[in-house]
Amino acid sequence: MSVSADIKEFAGQEYRYGFSTEIDTDTVPKGLSEDVVRLISAKKGEPDWLTEWRLQAYRHWVTLEEPQWQNVQYGPIDYQDIVYYAAPKAKPKLASLDEVDPELRAMFDKLGISLAEQERLSGVAVDAIVDSVSVATTFKKRLAEVGVIFCSFSEAVKDHPDLVRRYLGTVVPYRDNFFATLNSAVFTDGSFCFIPKGVHCPMELSTYFRINTAGTGQFERTLIVAEEGADVSYLEGCTAPMRDENQLHAAVVELVALEGARIKYSTVQNWYPGDAEGRGGIYNFVTKRGKCAGANSKISWTQVETGSSVTWKYPGVILQGDNSVGEFYSVALTANRQQADTGTKMIHIGKNTSSTIVSKAISVGHGQNTYRGLVKTLRSAEGARNHTQCDSLLIGASSGAHTFPYIEVKHPSAKVEHEASTSKVSEDQLFYCRQRGISEEDAVAMIVNGFCREVFKELPMEFAVEAQRLLNVSLEGSVG
Amino acid sequence: MMLQIQDLHVSIGGNEILRGVNLDVDAGEVHAIMGPNGSGKSTLANVLAGRDGYEPTGAVTFQGEDLLVMSPEQRASAGVFLALQHPTEIPGVGNLYFLRTALNSLRRSRGLDELGVSEFLALAEERMKLVEMDRSFMSRSVNEGFSGGEKKRNETLQMAILEPTLAILDETDSGLDIDALRVVAGGINAQRRADRAMIVITHHQRLLDYIVPDRIHVMVGGRIVRSGDKSLALELEAHGYGDGAAEPVLAAKP
Repeated sequence: MSVSADIKEFAGQEYRYGFSTEIDTDTVPKGLSEDVVRLISAKKGEPDWLTEWRLQAYRHWVTLEEPQWQNVQYGPIDYQDIVYYAAPKAKPKLASLDEVDPELRAMFDKLGISLAEQERLSGVAVDAIVDSVSVATTFKKRLAEVGVIFCSFSEAVKDHPDLVRRYLGTVVPYRDNFFATLNSAVFTDGSFCFIPKGVHCPMELSTYFRINTAGTGQFERTLIVAEEGADVSYLEGCTAPMRDENQLHAAVVELVALEGARIKYSTVQNWYPGDAEGRGGIYNFVTKRGKCAGANSKISWTQVETGSSVTWKYPGVILQGDNSVGEFYSVALTANRQQADTGTKMIHIGKNTSSTIVSKAISVGHGQNTYRGLVKTLRSAEGARNHTQCDSLLIGASSGAHTFPYIEVKHPSAKVEHEASTSKVSEDQLFYCRQRGISEEDAVAMIVNGFCREVFKELPMEFAVEAQRLLNVSLEGSVG
Repeated sequence: MMLQIQDLHVSIGGNEILRGVNLDVDAGEVHAIMGPNGSGKSTLANVLAGRDGYEPTGAVTFQGEDLLVMSPEQRASAGVFLALQHPTEIPGVGNLYFLRTALNSLRRSRGLDELGVSEFLALAEERMKLVEMDRSFMSRSVNEGFSGGEKKRNETLQMAILEPTLAILDETDSGLDIDALRVVAGGINAQRRADRAMIVITHHQRLLDYIVPDRIHVMVGGRIVRSGDKSLALELEAHGYGDGAAEPVLAAKP
């Protein structure tokens, strides 16, 4: 039976378990149905309009088939074998750090994560983690003084329902694509961020380390709105390595920039990539999109993707306002059996809109890396400009790099440039470094970091340092 | 004896390039190796530095250690430095960062403390004067977009900072105009020391007007066919590689 037939059959079934009191209050049973969607919404105490929105998404989802066009390969996903809602207490607790997998601890040491952080990450204080919607609580007061709202999505639904309702699904509609539609039906939490008119957010906002219960899918939803002239930099760190089966992570991120607003969104993604043979790891199928709704607005995506067994994402910008600017800076590293099909979509609608794309793909071992990018200028996009630079670096004879640029130009004044290169870490470079006393492993890390420099300089300082460390960890054992 | 090369044969893919090289270099000495293109000079330099792709046999002893079994970074740690004929570009890696990483790798391997950023900067600034380089060089990527002369000056600077025991300079004069040659040669001369040896590979006598060697060796067809003191350079200038060249080439035929 094919996957989609599987889904359709199951999807058509009634929810077999019903609203039984036997159900643990913190979890719902495996599988997906209209009742499960209602149950999730009920558990979260959501208003009717949101329940209805989820149900619309669910009903649309059952008509969809999982996309097959990506240049990645993975086993079939059984959508009825996923737990769609799990509260923190389902996670087994560890009494102390001594019980933590030593390999995991070694990994933390390499990452330079403090012991306190290790305790949090390792599940010793797991409640804080699964619900960790960030440092928001720490600085909530200071942010509130300037009118910035930064809270979990669930809180936002309760405390700011009008704002959520006004913007939810305006950039990524629930019908957008298979995984975004699934997310719309079952998303459990995420971050909400609102910067009112004219406010420059006084600090960088960040969401750190989310770890999910084994056997669950992770479907978070982030919504960031910057009103006229507002300015915000948002960091997202997914640096939680995890020993697990393949786990589905299907998040949605929506950004809205009104006139003159600026949003900078940085991601360092290091979900568990699976082992050297490709067992386990996260399927990172994420829809991220920003809308430059107002004139002179700017949205900038920077991503460093080193984790996940399969990555499939295209953070894009809809350049609707005149003179709006979209940017995409990306480093994607695939080692061992990791696969990535990533890039961006720049949709030029307004006049004199411009976009910049810088993609750096590194493939190590059997890693396969695909850049896929769409640059589209509509008939209205007079004077649109795009520059795309797409570089691939190969390490080892079995790695692969692939590039699929799509360019659609509907206005004769548009200027679209695409540059691409593929190179290898050369013997000459390695010898040169080693002759100067630098070990081969350090030399590879240095050369790869140099290759990524254009992107790293877009990251906030401490993130850039973390990104370099992650790259170095991922590259370990890639030579010799 | 600092460096002893005995009956060194080197093949690349079954093709014999060096056919029995013997050479002794002592501390404080500067040896020049001259010879026509394709005579094996650069191969000798690369083999001494441990580059992959060569199949050496024979014996090379450096300060009593078997050099041929060491990795390139071990040789660097032991004090061997090769100024490359064609220095490699490393895009995105700052020149200063590269140099500091190299110096600290060497220091670590020798059990010394690493130099901090400010200490290193002070050292680099001082040594940059030797080769008349300015700070703008330092923030640029390693050799990327450097002119031929700038690359050679950069190699000389690296040597000045890494302070090797044995420096092998592979055609450091090639591609230099006369002013650049004077600067580079000046930088090298300033680094002559009683506890440091140099092997200067060139096929232009003019370099030896600036760097006056203790010994000159003529390499032809993968062997050293003549050795002498600095007066040999003048003779070669007058008569070319001459008779010495013919014999080994004939001898090399199967």
